[in-house]
Amino acid sequence: MARDLLLEIGLEEVPARFVRGAMNQLKEKTAKWLADSRIEHGEVEAFATPRRIAVRVSSVADKQSDMSEEAKGPSRKIAQDDQGNWSKAALGFARSQGVSPEELYFKELAGVEYVYANKSSVGTATAEVLPEGLLGIIASMSFPKNMRWGSHELRFVRPIRWLVALFGEEIVPFEIAGVQTGNVTRGHRFLGEETVVPEPSQYAAKLREQQVIADVAERERLIVAQIDGLAKEKGWEIAIKEDLLEEVLFLVEYPNVLFGGFDPAFLHIPQEVLITSMREHQRYFPVFNGEGQLQPFFVTVRNGDLRSIELVAKGNEKVLRARLSDAKFFYEEDHKLTIGHALSKLESIVYHEELGSVADKVRRIRATADLIAGQLQVGEQTAKDVSRAADICKFDLVSQMVYEFPELQGIMGEDYARKAGEREEVAKAVNEHYQPRFSGDLAPSLLTGAIVSLADKIDTIVGCFSIGIIPTGSQDPYALRRQAAGIVQIILAHGLKLQLSELYDAALSVHDARGTKRSAADIRKDLSDFFALRVKNLLSEQGVRYDVVDAVMAAGFEDLRSVVERASVVQALAAGDDRSEFKLAVEQFNRVGNLAAKADGTPIDPSLFAEQAEKELYEQWLRQRPTFAESAEQGNYAKAVQSLTALTPFIHSYFEKVMVMSPDEAVRANRLAALAGIAGDIAVVADFSKLVW
Amino acid sequence: MNFQRMILTLQQFWAEQNCILVQPYDVEKGAGTMNPMTFLRSIGPEPWNVAYVEPSRRPADGRYGENPNRLYQHHQFQVILKPSPDNIQEIYLESLKKLGIDSKDHDIRFVEDNWESPTLGAWGLGWEVWLDGMEITQFTYFQQVGGIDANPVAVEITYGMERLASYIQQKENVFDLEWVDGITYGDVFKQPEYEHSKYTFETSDTAMLFSLFNMYEEEAKKTMEQHLVFPAYDYVLKCSHTFNLLDARGAISVTERTGYITRVRNLARSCASTYYEERESLGFPLLKKGVERNG
Repeated sequence: MARDLLLEIGLEEVPARFVRGAMNQLKEKTAKWLADSRIEHGEVEAFATPRRIAVRVSSVADKQSDMSEEAKGPSRKIAQDDQGNWSKAALGFARSQGVSPEELYFKELAGVEYVYANKSSVGTATAEVLPEGLLGIIASMSFPKNMRWGSHELRFVRPIRWLVALFGEEIVPFEIAGVQTGNVTRGHRFLGEETVVPEPSQYAAKLREQQVIADVAERERLIVAQIDGLAKEKGWEIAIKEDLLEEVLFLVEYPNVLFGGFDPAFLHIPQEVLITSMREHQRYFPVFNGEGQLQPFFVTVRNGDLRSIELVAKGNEKVLRARLSDAKFFYEEDHKLTIGHALSKLESIVYHEELGSVADKVRRIRATADLIAGQLQVGEQTAKDVSRAADICKFDLVSQMVYEFPELQGIMGEDYARKAGEREEVAKAVNEHYQPRFSGDLAPSLLTGAIVSLADKIDTIVGCFSIGIIPTGSQDPYALRRQAAGIVQIILAHGLKLQLSELYDAALSVHDARGTKRSAADIRKDLSDFFALRVKNLLSEQGVRYDVVDAVMAAGFEDLRSVVERASVVQALAAGDDRSEFKLAVEQFNRVGNLAAKADGTPIDPSLFAEQAEKELYEQWLRQRPTFAESAEQGNYAKAVQSLTALTPFIHSYFEKVMVMSPDEAVRANRLAALAGIAGDIAVVADFSKLVW
Repeated sequence: MNFQRMILTLQQFWAEQNCILVQPYDVEKGAGTMNPMTFLRSIGPEPWNVAYVEPSRRPADGRYGENPNRLYQHHQFQVILKPSPDNIQEIYLESLKKLGIDSKDHDIRFVEDNWESPTLGAWGLGWEVWLDGMEITQFTYFQQVGGIDANPVAVEITYGMERLASYIQQKENVFDLEWVDGITYGDVFKQPEYEHSKYTFETSDTAMLFSLFNMYEEEAKKTMEQHLVFPAYDYVLKCSHTFNLLDARGAISVTERTGYITRVRNLARSCASTYYEERESLGFPLLKKGVERNG
């Protein structure tokens, strides 16, 4: 008869960030072990709190399934000698299958005799295999960080303090790290007691009696509902950040939401500082009003009931007060720091041993940013703003606030720069030049910040490449891929007329002044390959088909706006309703392209055209060219492709009626030259031969 | 409960848990962990239970006695139990109860916090213990000390006495804490806080400190060659404190910093391995006594 199975591992508080992973691991390992052991079962459920991870399996068969399986071994020629003695190969096969040599037999397969073994076994009682099985599951678990404790050799995420292992009402007996299994679990550390779990189905209910909500989803619902309830009651907006909720979820077994306040006088400190302090240090949820303004309150989740809740709130208020006083102190101290003095301090901060100090990096950013601004022909004021913003973009790194809260770099800089009387564009750029800070973040909103950001990022990439730090596989310690993706994002978001090679050149020329170990040509080659992958990823993320990506990138990706536009136009045609019509056009393009490859560079001589069809194609092409060139120039590739497809009926009749490879050498060369001209235009859009139909 | 009563209460409690009570160590140090009763004694197989209060100097945290929360010197109450007992968390919570903190009236949590001391070549895993959102204790299972794997594992409990007292006495400013009735923390420590801060940040003789560092380092090495671990370790502590003074003064650049830390760590490692060898050659004498005491 099938019974339910329960395994609970009782632990000292597991780091919140590891709990969900540990729970999933236990669930997967248990399911896998049951499958490997041929034990049929029903639903597998997992539970987790800071102090326990558990798995429950319903309707576990009380016996392994019987097994009968025939395994094929070597041929008779290899298995036996002339006297019929078993060879080493045959004996090894028998051993590997767990049968004795006498049990081997022969069967014919496709005219050849092979040796066979029948591996049949009768299933063992589940209760018999469970102790070793469950022990093996626990012992095989691994965590991002493991530890030892006491005198035990086992490495685990935190010390194991109790174990519940039940098969139906029976305890599955085994021991690990000095802990013996039983049917007694522990309740909430402060509100509950030890309690017997009579059988697996009562697990969650028994724990609930001891103030433990073992089900993760239920606990999460409770927390969110309580926060929402409080928000409604007070008329607050409480921002529930996912990662904070996840952490809090695994810091408590029995959640109760409470709130506290702080002195509104602290609100003159920039909002980001207060929010960071509340979130990162105290795991509090900040509170806003309907207009998104921070309110002098916070929300936290207690691991406990409502007893003495005011005392708990008061305690938390006291801690936050000390934290915010610290922040206020640093903030006010920072106002004594002048930008000039801060910049001089950057001289003594090492950016990278081979790439100099942060001040050196800032000088390179400035030089690169000026080159980019020149390339983009920005106005006089913007050029000045770019220079100034580049000069001061890192000054806040030496502020006390950023020392305490590194994630506030740039945010503090903007605030301090504005207070120091810098122009608004400049102050904003000090912050925005870090953008996009992460995948999914926004590009800088203003051009000034965008240019400084480009300069900073390309300087980092070229600097690293110049000393041989190039991301491979999972190795990308300087997050260069993210920097490159940021560059791509900024150029597209601002629609900048900036070729990637112009960006490389700017940074390379600045680094060249420093003297690089590797040659500029080598670095440029690596940069091109590196950015090609970023552009590929970008297009794939936008849902462009692989073959379309390859086709449009073959026509170049230096101009990012162009490659993105071409990709979207070709994708629409190749995947749209009229794709069969487009396919016919592409076939014509490819024929043109194939023959054009044979052209030898002879200029076109219209007087040599003999056939009507070739004259018509040539004239048609000349007629379409201005439209094509103008559309491509403006980035309107839909129109550009239209003017190419307008040629297809002419190409078609051309190939029907004209023999390109004429015996007359001059005529042949002229025909190939004309086709090469057309192919050259087509190749501006894509290498259509890469499309897959 | 006044500050002095808190110390006496914790001493009494841990003495009852079979801990040897020792007195603060007489060489400057940044944390109770650096006391040889923790750093050296947690190495090797011998059982070791000890508790003591430790004045800990953090020159960079000096604030001239003006900041309500930061101090040049604060007090840690330090407990080491090797091997770590199975019910150590429960014992610890019991100690809080003795200080008048009933866990049912508060929100007490064990929040992941892993500890690493680059200068000691030591690291461990554990938590900071939160009392209504305030960190009051560091709780660490040592995994490595002086570059040697901890076996058996010692657990270290470090109470931040000023933090705890400010909660228990409901004071906002550390200098308002009552040391004994009628005498405040400020009465005892405000002047030294100011003077040490002024010395650290303004008047210390940097050139002399650099040469002291080199002399201490030299002496530590020479003493180690004689296999005199405890005196050698004293000079390691002096190196560490001198480095902290120079660092707080801003006399050590970011690049040089790593170099100095490595020099101290190498000394600490060599003390650790020499200590192990010395104890081994003595036949780990406390192994036998540990059985008697606990049995």
